Amino acid sequence: MTSPDPMAEIKASFFIECEELLEAMQDGLQRLDDGDDDPETINVVFRAVHSIKGGAGAFGLEPMVRFAHRFETVLDGVRAGAQPVTPDLTKLFFRAGDHLSDIVRACRDDVDFPPSQSDAILSDLDSYISRDAADTAEDEIEFQPMALSLDLDLPSLDTPPEPPRWRITFTPEADMYESGNEVFPILSALADLGQADIRCDTSKVPGLTELAPESAYLSWSIDLNTTVEEAEIRSVFEFVEGLCDITVARADTAPQTSLPDLPPLVSDPPGAPPEREAVAPTEVSKPAAKPASQPAQANAAKTVVRVDLDRIERLVNLVGELVINQAMLAQSLESEGLSPHSDAMNGLEEFQRLTRDIQDSVMMIRAQPVKPLFQRMSRIVREASAAVDKDVHLITDGETTEVDKTVIERLADPLTHMIRNAVDHGLESTEDRVKAGKSPEGSVKLSAAHRSGRVVIEVSDDGSGINRPKVHQIAIDKGLVAEDAVLSDTEIDNLLFLPGFSTASCVSDLSGRGVGMDVVKTAIQSLGGRITITSAAGEGTTFSISLPLTLAVLDGMVVDVAQETLVVPLNVVSETLTIRDDTVDEVEPGTRVVRVRGGFVPLFDLGSALGYRAEPSNLAGSVALLIVQEDGSRAALIVDEIQDQRQVVIKGLDDAFCSAPGIAAATILGDGQIALIIDPSDIIAHTPKHSGSHAAPLRMEA
Amino acid sequence: MTETAEASKPVELLTFKLSDQEYSLDIMSVREIRGWTQATPLPHTPSYMKGVINLRGTVLPVMDLGQRLGLPVTEHTDRNVIIVVKHGETLAGLLVDAVSDIIALTDEDMQPPPDVSSGAHPGVIKSLTLIDERMIRVLDLSHLVTSLQSDAA
Repeated sequence: MTSPDPMAEIKASFFIECEELLEAMQDGLQRLDDGDDDPETINVVFRAVHSIKGGAGAFGLEPMVRFAHRFETVLDGVRAGAQPVTPDLTKLFFRAGDHLSDIVRACRDDVDFPPSQSDAILSDLDSYISRDAADTAEDEIEFQPMALSLDLDLPSLDTPPEPPRWRITFTPEADMYESGNEVFPILSALADLGQADIRCDTSKVPGLTELAPESAYLSWSIDLNTTVEEAEIRSVFEFVEGLCDITVARADTAPQTSLPDLPPLVSDPPGAPPEREAVAPTEVSKPAAKPASQPAQANAAKTVVRVDLDRIERLVNLVGELVINQAMLAQSLESEGLSPHSDAMNGLEEFQRLTRDIQDSVMMIRAQPVKPLFQRMSRIVREASAAVDKDVHLITDGETTEVDKTVIERLADPLTHMIRNAVDHGLESTEDRVKAGKSPEGSVKLSAAHRSGRVVIEVSDDGSGINRPKVHQIAIDKGLVAEDAVLSDTEIDNLLFLPGFSTASCVSDLSGRGVGMDVVKTAIQSLGGRITITSAAGEGTTFSISLPLTLAVLDGMVVDVAQETLVVPLNVVSETLTIRDDTVDEVEPGTRVVRVRGGFVPLFDLGSALGYRAEPSNLAGSVALLIVQEDGSRAALIVDEIQDQRQVVIKGLDDAFCSAPGIAAATILGDGQIALIIDPSDIIAHTPKHSGSHAAPLRMEA
Repeated sequence: MTETAEASKPVELLTFKLSDQEYSLDIMSVREIRGWTQATPLPHTPSYMKGVINLRGTVLPVMDLGQRLGLPVTEHTDRNVIIVVKHGETLAGLLVDAVSDIIALTDEDMQPPPDVSSGAHPGVIKSLTLIDERMIRVLDLSHLVTSLQSDAA
């Protein structure tokens, strides 16, 4: 085994950081676009781009540095107030941001990124760079982030009187050291700006016995003679903002003599970071001496730990075990005939509660906010709207809603599809919008929310809604429904999800939707979700996706079939029925249907479909689960008994041995036995049909 | 010199019984041996697949090795055990009548089976050996597991 390249690891973590920075940048741009004129907003964007540039320089990623630098120059112009923020400029910033993400991803995946792709955006960016700014840009492009001059230009007395004099005080807090910042580079950067007279104030350093090694005691005062602006001086402290106390003031008139003669910086007084290790063994008795005013503490970023996903997986699995074991213990204690008021049973109850809490917390670890996903979608909107030449505004809501990581990953494709559809087919052209008396700018809304243990994600547009007569006609033309079929509005809307409804040929002459919505629906259903449409003519269409919070557990109905216990995913079961003799009809030998409120639903015996038993001749008295399939058709599965409805932990099956049709996965029940989780659609599809009669589209009753 | 050293490197085998015949497996592929528990049957699988059992939270497929090799079906007794084997990434349980012993053999002790192609399961038996005048069949696990995969596919 070769140990991994240490540089590769650092690089990998840099790219993870890049993703975070890009997210922050997108965020800032969005706020800027929303008309936020807080100078901090543009600062955030600037810092993100700047940090990406810095890291890219360290790794020698030339294309990234070059592009980020030009981008940064324009941002700097805005930051300095030289360049007003116009809608055109924010649009350009968005494009540049997207482009930067592309470059970052290309560099990450080691894909060649032709510099020519950047040309158009660069020339657009350059049009915002003023002549002289461009000149300095050329100088600065020799970016050397690691180069750190160690021979400081420390106090020299022959200060020329001309340049303005600044008095800077700099008091780092312990957090600053904790976050890996050092004083020395900052001071050296200050010294680079001009004549700096740096003094270290060691008066707060306690005696060695009282010294808390992790605390910050030192402060510095710097007298700087420089021609640069105050903003530039402050920019030196950019990365430690909020982690220290800084004052910058003109000190032209203040005489220097009032300062006591302090030891120079280079003597490294005790308590300074480099010496921390040396004093670490000392008993810590004194709490960290922190300045009284800490306004930055409140909005300091929360601490985040990066954990390998495998470790979390392991924890999730272990908790799954714990849940199973707990259930097993409960069962065996119960069978011992213990009184429910005994200590053991009370303890078990407490144990149960704790287990549930642990399970919830573990699931929370995997949960991530949908924000990055939504940010990707805002890019899709920008690109799609540019492609079809529509003015589209994306409104997002509930970005902080947390969903299982796997769900988020697998949601990206269907959501992209839906957003494109909304822009392309959902919204009318600008002229039509104006004609209809709507704002020329169409809007697409993307929202996420938790609703009764599930996540609901909605994509809605304010377009013209589904053109139902047209959709119906196309379905008839394609032979998907009978010509004389009378369909309700909902049924027509659901036609969009039919496979085969949407092919390229019908998209061009279809004003409604329908590009691969069956693919979207399948993807959502494979996540255990449901998708529904609501549409109002002239007002728009809303697609609503309801998803489970996690893929590790499933809401299931535990049923008995031929002495075996099976789990049916609850999301496909719409209702349960008791079969009576007079509701079952035999269409032809071997094909039976059950009447449900006037509709005929084909019956399948789960036991015989899985080969557990021969099909029973008399079904009266048995229980059937009404299954709603992906295409909206229904079927009834006959089971012997419904045991329970509960959350089960999903266990994968080894494909090599268990690739049985109709079996999706397995779970372990409270008694330690394994129960199979079935895939009803697969069972229905694989059950041999005696004739084609099931295949005919079944009418849904109104 | 080196050749003989390699050839005489002993291999440890776990021997077990299947309807009065003796079989063995390379012990390095054996993870554990556990008592028989009722398995959850898998639908639409060959009859020798007994189903899946719960191995400390892992879903373990179990096959009846005797049935797999075409031996007469025997009643399960308390002495029946499941040998948990790992081949590559695949974990599987083999139901056998009883485990007997661990033996160490060198390559010289093993002979190729007389006619491999004539049997119902060619290649399953890798070699034969004699211990105390009893013939012991050495099974090729890769053949057992991989041919099952192609069966199921």
